[in-house]
Amino acid sequence: MSRKPFVREVSKTGWYLKHPRYMRYMSREVTCIPIGAFALLLVCAVERLAQGQQAWDSFVAALTGPWSFLGMAVILAFSTYNATNWFNVTPKAMPVQTGEDFLDGKYIVGAHYAVWAIATLVVLFFAGVL
Amino acid sequence: MTQLKKRMVQLEVLRYDPEKDKEPRFQKYTVECNEEWVVLDALTAVKETIDPTLNFRWSCHMAVCGSCGMMVNGEPKLSCHAFLRSYEGVIRVEPLANFPIERDLVTVADDFIDKLKRVKPYLIPKEKKSIAEGEYKQTPAQLMKYRQFSMCINCMLCYAACPEYGLQPKFIGPAAITLAHRYNQDSRDGGRDERQEVIATNEGVWECSFVGACSEVCPKAVDPASALQQVKVASTIDWFKEHLLPGGAK
Amino acid sequence: MEIVTTDVVIIGAGGAGLRAAIALAETDPKLSVALISKVYPMRSHTCAAEGGAAGVIKKDDSFDLHFDDTVGGGDWLSDQDCVEYFVHEAPKELTQLEHWGCPWNREADGSVAVRPFGGMKKQRTWFAADKSGFHILHTLFQTTLQFPSIQRFDEYFALDLLVDDGRCQGVTAMEMRSGMIKQFHAKSVIICGGGAGRMFPFSTNGAIKTGDGMALAYRAGVPLKDMEFVQYHPTGLPNTGSLLTEACRGEGGVLLNKNGRRYLQDYGMGPETPLGKPQLKTMELGPRDRVSQAYWHELQKGNTVTTPWGECVMLDMRHLGEKYIDERLPLVRELGIAYLGVDIAKEAIPIRPVVHYMMGGISTNTKAATQLPGLFAAGECACVSLNGANRLGSNSLVELLVFGKSAALSAIAHMQGLPKPNTAALQARANESQARVRELFSRTDGTESMSGLRKEMMDTMEKNAGLYREEIGLKEAVAKLAELRQRYNKIVLHDKSNVFNTDLFQVLELGSMLDCAEALAVSALARKESRGAHQRLDYVERDDQTFLRHSMAFYQGLNPPRLDYLDVVITKSPPGVRDYSGDHK
Repeated sequence: MSRKPFVREVSKTGWYLKHPRYMRYMSREVTCIPIGAFALLLVCAVERLAQGQQAWDSFVAALTGPWSFLGMAVILAFSTYNATNWFNVTPKAMPVQTGEDFLDGKYIVGAHYAVWAIATLVVLFFAGVL
Repeated sequence: MTQLKKRMVQLEVLRYDPEKDKEPRFQKYTVECNEEWVVLDALTAVKETIDPTLNFRWSCHMAVCGSCGMMVNGEPKLSCHAFLRSYEGVIRVEPLANFPIERDLVTVADDFIDKLKRVKPYLIPKEKKSIAEGEYKQTPAQLMKYRQFSMCINCMLCYAACPEYGLQPKFIGPAAITLAHRYNQDSRDGGRDERQEVIATNEGVWECSFVGACSEVCPKAVDPASALQQVKVASTIDWFKEHLLPGGAK
Repeated sequence: MEIVTTDVVIIGAGGAGLRAAIALAETDPKLSVALISKVYPMRSHTCAAEGGAAGVIKKDDSFDLHFDDTVGGGDWLSDQDCVEYFVHEAPKELTQLEHWGCPWNREADGSVAVRPFGGMKKQRTWFAADKSGFHILHTLFQTTLQFPSIQRFDEYFALDLLVDDGRCQGVTAMEMRSGMIKQFHAKSVIICGGGAGRMFPFSTNGAIKTGDGMALAYRAGVPLKDMEFVQYHPTGLPNTGSLLTEACRGEGGVLLNKNGRRYLQDYGMGPETPLGKPQLKTMELGPRDRVSQAYWHELQKGNTVTTPWGECVMLDMRHLGEKYIDERLPLVRELGIAYLGVDIAKEAIPIRPVVHYMMGGISTNTKAATQLPGLFAAGECACVSLNGANRLGSNSLVELLVFGKSAALSAIAHMQGLPKPNTAALQARANESQARVRELFSRTDGTESMSGLRKEMMDTMEKNAGLYREEIGLKEAVAKLAELRQRYNKIVLHDKSNVFNTDLFQVLELGSMLDCAEALAVSALARKESRGAHQRLDYVERDDQTFLRHSMAFYQGLNPPRLDYLDVVITKSPPGVRDYSGDHK
């Protein structure tokens, strides 16, 4: 047979370097690391809370300070990036049809931001900040 | 009368002749083009005036037959819709990514054709109707629910762009799943369960991590990424209904 | 050489071929069907058809009216028994397509919508946005995927029919990606290979429309009928030739010359209808041949607009409004912007007539049977004759369905009680076919360039066999094409690879086009009248006394074809006057 189809290898480790669109995707995916770290931190917090007032106070004390503040800022930045990226694509997963037209995506995205804002206000209220 | 402006275009084309080459190699061509031409016109000019042994697929030259997909400067494009005016310097032309190369710019499309068939992309009517009874009624709103997803020209640019398909060749892929979804959304159709068995699987939508590259490169604005996410949502709701509702109601 | 034994082999997987395959699979699932195509089915040029498919459904419409429109539109060259059959079958086929999932546009109540179209007295054109052909093709292709009896041979180039014992019993075809030639032994063969518009330099046709199906039958002794009738679509983009659907005019677009005048009223299609309110069968909704010919006259008068791509007229759709355009003509808008930089919602777009469709082709009867037992043909490659001297827009897409099915049923009928094939004889034919192709590879004394010959062919067709023809030009074309066919035997094949060798395919396609072109030129020279799309400057009148007959061109090897004539079947509509003025009955 004269045929000999040639298969071009795709690098399992470096494929995302090939195009800016893949880098953007990876930057979204990589936010899972700081978010995952924060989730672990919250688990620790619950554990400390269960261990009593002293454990809780020393936990809170450990979280005060410039490095901790920096860490929280980084986590907040990544979380925001993650959330805004996902909010912006929600219309794709949940199109709303009104008659022959589709609801403009901005309303669906806007609704997400609105819920986020309200949830933030509620949390801040209960935290005694508001 | 205004003359059509000409331009010398440099192409760097990936060549491969399995009867001669161990592996693909780039070949440079310089060809005179009209400024308003597309990459396909440049390739045709090369074949007609410089190198008759250059091979590529094409037909309609109006972005509706889906034959001429290839990589232009690393981006999946229909070569009949890749305007020379958008490119400067040397234009690199390669066969569509993620498919084996048959010869020059011609790829082996078998995998895509197989997957297209697997998803049962045909109407499985909810109710039988004879021709004499006329057409199934479908309102304009019902038509709009799926029409966008019926626009796919099977050009496979989305498969070339999808990194999942590149890394995991078993992935059924954007176009095939979108076509299944097109029928799922058709008010006349009753075959959703059959198709879900194929597409709501690990090789189906759950391989997709919503990179969204498919929708970015789609020349017909079909938005396959959207279709896949919609299938995921539907599949998830199915799963909950099946496990939480009495009798596993669907 | 590998032998594929099957019940039916279908050559060509466009609308007609796919419809035939489905009809075979549905009628008898035990039949084996081999569907051969030189491209994947979705690439077939059916995908480029835009406007729609005609079928009578409205209460104020009737089969008689569709019949009259078609016969008149065909300038009385259509076989009326065929037209009668066609108009009755059309709505059934379109409904069947809807049952298979075709996304026809709808009225508010959910019933199928229809739009006005050229040359039609009533609105009867079913449509799917401005991508009707695309949706029809994909609906048919996707429907075939559910039938296990249909075996596809994608990217196989058909080479020669296998004829023995006075019957067509198969075909040889090359697997394009390996160069391997296989023989297909079948009880019936259906050709659905499409038209041959690429023999002209400027057409709406895709690269694949090279008349291979026509040439296959022609070389096997089946006559090509009415080849001189080539349709020019009035509105094509002046640079690429891409089609701008007739629906542009159906929805209300108007044609203007350089003075802003709606010039069609000067050519028997007036009076001028109000802007945005097109009236059926008049002005911009006149038949294609008249509208294209009006351009030619305007060109002679110096009324056309000079553009970098040649002389054009303007198609103005601005008054339709952006929203309406996006709903009804989105592809057209996109084409204009992408390929010409013109947004039809904002400016008038320059256009010119382009070669679009071949009314002529493989001679068949209403049952899609050729005069060679076992060989059937349907679609643009066939000439039944439904379309006569000029086809009405939106009749062709239905033609694929009606006669695709017809061919399938005839193929099944033919299969009953056949004697066993003489396999040895078929093998011998197949070996000859293979030798013909191998000779191209081993040829050492070639002198001619494929693209050079192709260009010479296109030049003579454009110059001498275009919109308006005359004796001196046609004689030149006949002589030139005979010369080119001789020189063809000295073509150099540059690419000697076996793997997807498009140099080889283009050489074979050129051979098909040269055969078809010569049949066209000879038929045109002999037809000393003007009728429909065949217009002679030296014989300007229609001559029903002598030429109410079909031209039949018979292959004579390297010699020009022998011509014969076949009377047109007239049943209830004697030849009349084609009246496209606004106050016609």
